[in-house]
Amino acid sequence: MALFLDQYADIIALRQALDNKQISVKELTQTLLGEIKHHANLNAFVDVQADLSLAQAEIAEQSIACGQAGALTGIPLAHKDIFVTEGWRTTAGSRMLADYRSPFDATVVQALLKAQTVSLGKLSCDEFAMGSGNEHAATGPVRNPWDLDVVPGGSSGGSAAAVAAGLVLGATGTDTGGSVRQPAALSGICGIKPTYGVASRFGMIAYASSLDQAGVMARSAADLALLLDAISGFDPRDATSIETCRAVANAPGRILSDYTRFNNRNNTQPLAGLRIGVPNEYFGDGLNNDVAQAIDQALVVLESLGAKRVSISLPNTALSIPAYYVIAPAEASSNLARYDAVRYGHRTETYTDLADMSARSRTEGFGEEVRKRIMIGTYVLSHGYYDAYYLQAQRVRRLIAQDFQRAFADQCDVIMGPVTPTVAPAIGSLSTDPTAEWLGDIYTLSVNLAGLPGLSVPCGFAPGHRSQPLPVGLQMIGNYFDEGRLLAVAHQFQLVTDWHQRRPGAPT
Amino acid sequence: MALTETDIAFVAKLARLHVTPDQQPALKHELNLVMGLIEQLQSIDTKGIEPLAHPLSVLHDIELRLREDERLATNTIAQRDHLMQNAPATADGLFLVPRVIE
Repeated sequence: MALFLDQYADIIALRQALDNKQISVKELTQTLLGEIKHHANLNAFVDVQADLSLAQAEIAEQSIACGQAGALTGIPLAHKDIFVTEGWRTTAGSRMLADYRSPFDATVVQALLKAQTVSLGKLSCDEFAMGSGNEHAATGPVRNPWDLDVVPGGSSGGSAAAVAAGLVLGATGTDTGGSVRQPAALSGICGIKPTYGVASRFGMIAYASSLDQAGVMARSAADLALLLDAISGFDPRDATSIETCRAVANAPGRILSDYTRFNNRNNTQPLAGLRIGVPNEYFGDGLNNDVAQAIDQALVVLESLGAKRVSISLPNTALSIPAYYVIAPAEASSNLARYDAVRYGHRTETYTDLADMSARSRTEGFGEEVRKRIMIGTYVLSHGYYDAYYLQAQRVRRLIAQDFQRAFADQCDVIMGPVTPTVAPAIGSLSTDPTAEWLGDIYTLSVNLAGLPGLSVPCGFAPGHRSQPLPVGLQMIGNYFDEGRLLAVAHQFQLVTDWHQRRPGAPT
Repeated sequence: MALTETDIAFVAKLARLHVTPDQQPALKHELNLVMGLIEQLQSIDTKGIEPLAHPLSVLHDIELRLREDERLATNTIAQRDHLMQNAPATADGLFLVPRVIE
């Protein structure tokens, strides 16, 4: 696949081409809309509205003409279909919202519009963001550009596939249990989820509110820094939005300023003094050998830049799976109670009374995975079980968060390990045991339970389906509000490696 | 503790979902696998540990903000009609549902 965007290494390169009038934003937008149509087999986009994209391109172009362009003016992006958007459809990958039209834009969408980016449409995701392979989407599975027979990861699978294919330079995603980092890893791109509360959840269709956090996906850490900075900020419309991050206002500029400061060490040992905590629990049974090797080699590269590897322990890691699969379904069952077939969403055709109308509509509108998680959540919250399951899971959640705080207190500055135990599996290969798919989330869930920032960068390849080489992601976990440092470490890694520059279709 | 068919019917009713008799066995099997996974939590000693609802309360106490109870710019008839465009059935600014009281 030779795509138009392949000629630009990153956002900065494309910005220069736009400023130098080598290409206009409108020409660029037209070209990409054509390529999106041409690569419809990826099934990444669920809605494209050329006129809306071109209208945004027009605004960006005028801004460039007046010499008022910003760092993201004219940059082509697309949004995970979990963010509500005016104009484009918003379905959350569900039949329930097949005909839903949002009367407003999510705060994150607004922020990127204000930054004069151009949205090329909406990207497929697992239904209500519940899934790890983008196989639970009403519009069918999304294909991974590296191998069309394997999943791109999930739940932000459309976002990962679109960026990996080169159809956009960046995309929004959401991460409740790994849904930005995991698809980024499996699709060979970069993704970051910030500290809980840094980006607004307003207009982000709720799955599990105490875990949900918006994130961004792109080709490089430098691009992530620009995008994440733009979507970060306090929002009074989100009750859990953070006003200050360690005494610094939660506003655009904070992350970029930290990022620049950590990058400004111009010597051959840019990571001198950095202590990388490597949790023993992330390298146990279940981790594929080739994946482990790629992670180890990445750590060797980071050591060559001056970082020091420290062995640490996060003893409650294994408990993050049961804790997550109590808390997330519990919050989901409560959040998804709003789909009652009265105010919006699918309504069944025939029914006897109000309760029957609601139940029939919900049974028809929700897919199997969503119905299952609602059932689990309803059960663990029901009378007599609330203390035993839900409160116990929230207590274990504190133990998991304390593990991280102990490590950050005196052992390390960042934590690193794999994102996933294996490379991307083949589409349709998941076993019938619902808990098997969940075991793959072992390295990502605890970060959401603790509310910490986490990112994924490509760090190699390992043989996957039919022994084809597939991307491996390196996970970096930071302490609260440490997004800038995480991105700077990732950027230093990318200055001396080229994994993030590999493109599907080219020899790996 | 394994879920029975009666439990599943009760939970489905609470969750406003229909489970047909032919879906029961598979669902029961799957939910019990999940409950088996969740059961692990029971053996963990959490005496004296406070439940963590908001992740950042690990750092300090978190108080959720309340806004002033005031009229918003969206509280207009035009906005109401705009917001109600997604409703399956409406009349005169009201949501229509099947008759509840005869």
